[in-house]
Amino acid sequence: MPLHSHLKKVLVIGSGPIVIGQAAEFDYSGTQAVKSLIEEGLEVVLINSNPATIMTDKETAHKVYIEPLTKKFLLKIIHKEKPDGILSTLGGQTALNLAVKLEEEGHLKRLGVQLLGCKVDTIQKAEDRKLFKELMHEIGEPVPQSTIVHSIDEALKFSEKIGFPLIVRPAFTLGGTGGGIAKNAEELLTITTSGLSASPIHQCLIERSIAGFKEIEYEVIRDSNDNCIIVCNMENIDPVGVHTGDSIVVAPSQTLSDKEYQLLRTSALKIIRALKIEGGCNVQYALDPHSFQYYVIEVNPRVSRSSALASKATGYPIAKIAAKIAVGKTLDEIINPVTKKTFACFEPALDYVITKIPRWPFDKFNNANRRLGTQMKATGEVMAIGRTVEESLLKAIRSLEIGLYHIELTDWENKSPEEMMDKIAKQDDERLFVIAEAMRKGVSLKEIHDLSKIDYFFLSKIQNIISTEKKLSQSPQSPFVLKESKRLGFSDKYISKLWKCSEDDVLNLRKKHHIIPVFKMVDTCAAEFESSTPYYYSTYENQDEVLTSDKKKVVVLGSGPIRIGQGIEFDYATVHAIDAIRSMGFEAIVINNNPETVSTDFNISDRLYFEPLTLEDVCHVIDRENPIGVIVQFGGQTAINLAEPLSKRGVKILGTSTDDIDRAEDRKRFEQLLRGLSIAQPLGCTVSSINEAVEKSAHLGFPVIVRPSYVLGGRAMEIVYNQEELLNYMKRAVEVNPAHPVLIDRYMIGREMEVDAISDGETVFIPGIMEHIEKAGVHSGDSIAVYPPQSVSKEILNKLSETTLLITKALNIKGLINLQFVIYKGEVFVLEVNPRSSRTVPFLSKVTDIQMAKVATKAILGLSLKEQGLFDGTLEPKNLVAVKAPVFSFAKLSEVEIALGPEMKSTGEVMGRDKSYEKALEKAFIAAGVIIPESGTILATINDKDKEEAIKLFKRFHQMGFDFVATEGTAKLLNGAQIPTRTIARIGQGEEDIIKEIKSGRVSLVINTISKGKNVESDGFKMRRIAVERGLLCLTSLDTTEALLRTIEVNSFSVDPL
Amino acid sequence: MRKIKLVLQNGKEYIGESFGYDLEHTFSMGELVFNTSMTGYQEILSDPSYCDQIVTMTYPLIGNYGINKDDFESLSLALKGLVVRECPMEGSNWRNEYSLRELLKKFKIPAISGIDTREITKEIRNSGAMKAVLVPESYLPNDVEDILAEPLRNDQISRVSTKNPIHFSGRGQRIVLIDFGYKKNILRSLLNRNSDVVVVPWDSSIDMIRSFAPKGIVMSNGPGNPKDVPEVLPVIRELQNEFPMFSICMGHQLFALANGADTEKLKFGHRGANHPVKDLKTGKVFMSSQNHGYSVTTSSVQKSDLEITQININDQSVEGLKHKRLPAFSVQYHPEACPGPEDTAWLFDDFIKTIRN
Repeated sequence: MPLHSHLKKVLVIGSGPIVIGQAAEFDYSGTQAVKSLIEEGLEVVLINSNPATIMTDKETAHKVYIEPLTKKFLLKIIHKEKPDGILSTLGGQTALNLAVKLEEEGHLKRLGVQLLGCKVDTIQKAEDRKLFKELMHEIGEPVPQSTIVHSIDEALKFSEKIGFPLIVRPAFTLGGTGGGIAKNAEELLTITTSGLSASPIHQCLIERSIAGFKEIEYEVIRDSNDNCIIVCNMENIDPVGVHTGDSIVVAPSQTLSDKEYQLLRTSALKIIRALKIEGGCNVQYALDPHSFQYYVIEVNPRVSRSSALASKATGYPIAKIAAKIAVGKTLDEIINPVTKKTFACFEPALDYVITKIPRWPFDKFNNANRRLGTQMKATGEVMAIGRTVEESLLKAIRSLEIGLYHIELTDWENKSPEEMMDKIAKQDDERLFVIAEAMRKGVSLKEIHDLSKIDYFFLSKIQNIISTEKKLSQSPQSPFVLKESKRLGFSDKYISKLWKCSEDDVLNLRKKHHIIPVFKMVDTCAAEFESSTPYYYSTYENQDEVLTSDKKKVVVLGSGPIRIGQGIEFDYATVHAIDAIRSMGFEAIVINNNPETVSTDFNISDRLYFEPLTLEDVCHVIDRENPIGVIVQFGGQTAINLAEPLSKRGVKILGTSTDDIDRAEDRKRFEQLLRGLSIAQPLGCTVSSINEAVEKSAHLGFPVIVRPSYVLGGRAMEIVYNQEELLNYMKRAVEVNPAHPVLIDRYMIGREMEVDAISDGETVFIPGIMEHIEKAGVHSGDSIAVYPPQSVSKEILNKLSETTLLITKALNIKGLINLQFVIYKGEVFVLEVNPRSSRTVPFLSKVTDIQMAKVATKAILGLSLKEQGLFDGTLEPKNLVAVKAPVFSFAKLSEVEIALGPEMKSTGEVMGRDKSYEKALEKAFIAAGVIIPESGTILATINDKDKEEAIKLFKRFHQMGFDFVATEGTAKLLNGAQIPTRTIARIGQGEEDIIKEIKSGRVSLVINTISKGKNVESDGFKMRRIAVERGLLCLTSLDTTEALLRTIEVNSFSVDPL
Repeated sequence: MRKIKLVLQNGKEYIGESFGYDLEHTFSMGELVFNTSMTGYQEILSDPSYCDQIVTMTYPLIGNYGINKDDFESLSLALKGLVVRECPMEGSNWRNEYSLRELLKKFKIPAISGIDTREITKEIRNSGAMKAVLVPESYLPNDVEDILAEPLRNDQISRVSTKNPIHFSGRGQRIVLIDFGYKKNILRSLLNRNSDVVVVPWDSSIDMIRSFAPKGIVMSNGPGNPKDVPEVLPVIRELQNEFPMFSICMGHQLFALANGADTEKLKFGHRGANHPVKDLKTGKVFMSSQNHGYSVTTSSVQKSDLEITQININDQSVEGLKHKRLPAFSVQYHPEACPGPEDTAWLFDDFIKTIRN
């Protein structure tokens, strides 16, 4: 079928900022879909609020709007652009919800815009629990029996009907608070009682428990001619009970016989047909491990995280095909983009095993509840490809970059089997590793299976790894065992640990015996058809398949899994670097392991190697490709950390040299450099004992920032205001000794500025300078950044520019550099220098129209900045204001502190761009999901040292018509300052306490500044958590508060009597 | 583990571990083919159509869920060998009775693991399906050459077909299933639709078939070259004049030959569970399970009494035929699935409907 003939212009809705559960996969799908529509000759208009994406590059679509994803903005754009169709199935739940709203309210009909891909009726049937259940009954597909109850009686009655075990899910609570699994009437009574009271609407869903069933997913595609295919099925190693986004997943399924595979396949086709989806869809099943009984758990009528994974797992580009289907094409007319010889209407055959492991943020949030359940907690994921389960699993583990090179957790080596069994039963992020430790202790597979319900197949694979460890230990330097272990995916690093030799020794032994990996192609068809996909993975087999050329090659290292502190921004820069390399006539080779991203789309580069980013794995690719060099500066800290070991192995690092990277990163050498340049930085010191800390910080003067040396994203960093707090930190947060020194810096309360610059070694060009709204002390990634600076004098800006030039030249930077400054008492101090691409590169590239990563890459490859038309100094700012605001995922992570501090906590970002500062700021707030209150009650608790500043702000709030509630101290203060404030009790101190006040719904904003705490039990912590869980805006910085207030003052109406 | 080797006609040699029937002093020669199904090894191994073939599974892990008592497509294993990357010691599945290794030992099928099956697949793709042999590692090149010089047999159908008619009673109308090496699920698909089925030997005479008073005829799949059994063509021509007829795979090729079309050997055949087939009348595409080395020549259909009803999307080859005047039709693939997708099971319903009318 040809394209829908009336379609000329299509509006694509993106997914907005990265949050847990909706991440980089939508940049990948969205970008792919837009390209796919353009291929079909359509004009494409795009809206997305996330600047850190390839999708929102000017070049991606005909018109790109970086605007808040709300009905208001969408309607404005529809009015302006007058698209014929709107595509909402590629922007996650955000886009789907928006489209439903527009359709339901009649806007689309009124404006004559067709909803493509999925009708609203379909979306509702898939998303609404009740409608979905009805549809499944209609077509005879089993769903777990369930009922909604408002009383214990109703719950008991239901249990009499269907028996135990039952899952109790309280409505509208976070992370299943108050719920649980009941195995008998007594437990049901207890759990339902607590569930009902936890639920704000006093309601629970009671459902037949299918925990322990196998969790299987199918990715299905259907076209308008009712042709359906399965792209891929996947099996979760973790049985039902853990969110699929938090599960370790393999593809294809490993433990299903053909009967089971086809049973679910047939069901999935039946469901997508009943829903009449035109495009992609994901169906999740629970399959009884002891019978053919299965249940449909969930259907997503859109592309998803799983479809991105399935696309990378098979090579079949689901989003690309789904987009073409949405505009009328059928599967049998679309050419398979992989083989280019066959058609898209087929089911991929894999001849390898895929393993996906989630990447969790618990290294950042050490207070977080690590238990995995129905609420997803991972921020990203890695994927690995191998020819065996063991190889695939071990490659995935070392892709995670959590300091592990093997399935082992040395912290747990010496624990007792009982402790291990406890941990396994708890089902947290470390379970896989503890299972391996338990096996090493001799715990039987049966015991582990009984606790975890993980299939024996997977457990025996882990067992096989452990038996091979023993063989290795027993036969040091044996080439035979070495080969066997390499075929199971063991790393040289781990083997060297077992053999008590160096990694190089293992490498040399391997080379001597020709134990080197080959690279196999991912081709969707298990080699049945010839194909030339430039998509490879390493494995220890016979035949290598890489099709190389005589062209000069450049390797770009990606940034691995998305985590807090290293997000999609680095993938953005990687993709730009690839483009630039290709435009300079070189071949771009990418190594990365994140299945969600654009950089791992094999169409982006000349060759993609889906590999862990470790020295060993990267070297294998380099050995095979023999590039002129490797670019490390776009892949975040992941890639930068590989620079030194790679150059030690003789690999040429392109761009800033390894030594210069070290000069920027090594504290001592950097201090020296600044001293030589007479550039100021906050005083600091390195200490290796508690006594030394006390002594030296007294000398520096409080407050000080303390942190362990060499960490990413400010982990475990804190500001302490006095000796007591310092001692507390030293004892609680870090282990200090000469091997692990602690860094102490003077904390200067001032305005923080951020600069990104590009250099070719001669010229240093600064596209823009940004000002942070929050004072230094809030991590730069969590601050609101404004371009161009609004409150800084020309002199200061000149000084920043000069300092940047000095440092950049002194460091011989070739490529990108990021600098952070603080303005303290009118003076400029350097806080930090990163000799690499930064978080702000995509934002700045978009607002200044200088594609920084591309310019930098070209400079690295020899095209000088002058030749690129650039100059020494700072680009004159454009006549617009852009604001980058952080977005957090606190609602998904229970027991996590939300107060901003030196540790980064945000998962994503949005951009607001307009003619005035206040408008841009308001847009950024709206895009970040902040509901800006125009009036109402503010709940305030203010720390002593903030009182003066707070009162000034609160007076302005009061003038705008807000009133206040506060606990006694703050209330007294505010009333004293003529700000009418109602007094309420502290938590548990009276009838009307803070918690009750928040729960009452009367509060529209919470302002809470703290000096310290981090104590889960503290009142402040509880209050903040409850506010977040209720979806209330909770501000912990007065600077953010001021910004918000300013938008209210400028942008909203005041009401005054005559 | 004993080392054995797989030697291809083109001289390529692969050493791996023996995990099936132990090849101590003997060898096993056959036509080397590959199958891209990711599940369904039990059905594949017990499919008589693989008679005299050495099957390479492209999916690297074979044997994961063991062997159960239900999923056999015949009571015996007719293949000459199995080639995989890895086979676990034990299977894991609730229906698992014993391991794949044990099955292979029981039926004396040699098997080799630990080798680069993707490389072998590419060899077959590039050079075409060819003879190959599994031998103990100690065999010398000359010995192997001599073995490979022997021609392949061409009597597969007679070896796998039933020797005597067998009756499976059902409440519905009687169907005679001509057995060229039928897969159990063809029978099950008919029985599940309440048919009464008599399975008859491949070389049954027209009179013998008539004597069962069938209402319809199904011709099954089977191994080898359709041109090896020219004696069945006159029988088919008579049968189609008297009874509605539905033919599958080998049956489809014989149906084509009987009606004046021709067949040809494909370079490396279609073996897998993901082959897209397009119905020319409805424009709909189905995923099909396939296992054939020969195919009906497209150009030959024009001058026959047949018309093409379905084609393969990938190579446009003939996937379905029907007689221009008679109620007889056929498909190249396996609507009975097992292994593979169940998308085309409706063909059985269509056939039953044809009989009824």
